[in-house]
Amino acid sequence: MPLFHTFFKTLVGKEMTIELKNNLLIHGTLISVDQFLNIKLDKISVPDPDKYPQFLSIKNCFVRGSVIRYIHLPPSEVDPTSLQEATRKEAMQSKMQQ
Amino acid sequence: MATSEEQPPTTQPFTLEDPLDLIRLSLDERIYVKLRNNRELRGRLHAYDQHLNMILGDVEEVRTQIEVDEETMEEIFKTQKRNFPMLYVRGDGIILMSPPEKPTY
Repeated sequence: MPLFHTFFKTLVGKEMTIELKNNLLIHGTLISVDQFLNIKLDKISVPDPDKYPQFLSIKNCFVRGSVIRYIHLPPSEVDPTSLQEATRKEAMQSKMQQ
Repeated sequence: MATSEEQPPTTQPFTLEDPLDLIRLSLDERIYVKLRNNRELRGRLHAYDQHLNMILGDVEEVRTQIEVDEETMEEIFKTQKRNFPMLYVRGDGIILMSPPEKPTY
């Protein structure tokens, strides 16, 4: 049922960049994701470490789902056709429940 | 049994009675999305859910900043563009989305 949770679980182990609502970009490897789309990243880096020295000593982090604006995904790891199929399926299911 | 029991769902897959149906019919089409903080996106819709979380492909983001000239009081619009091959957009930042851009109208 939770389409995006299922989708992000298929991306575990892949590299991606999370863009937060405060404009911070965090690049890292996806460790895990939960139903709220909270995200754990490993081997993180930020584009401008001098500006954010606190990130120099941090290797992995947990990001609350609600502070995320975008996630830049690796296009080679995403299959648009199966995503669209899954979306249609979920739209049908939620309609049945109404 | 009795015919007065539950009717089968009358909803057809291709009706537009639910607002989200409009979005479903835009799957695999290029859509326009307006976001908070003067951001706009154009991209191909690959997935969405009831929160309007989305996955868009071949995305162009346009940020518009308005600066007011102190002397002439003219409004100067400055735009910055970024492109992403594949982008997840969290639904809570979305103000509106609009179905495929028609090249001619």
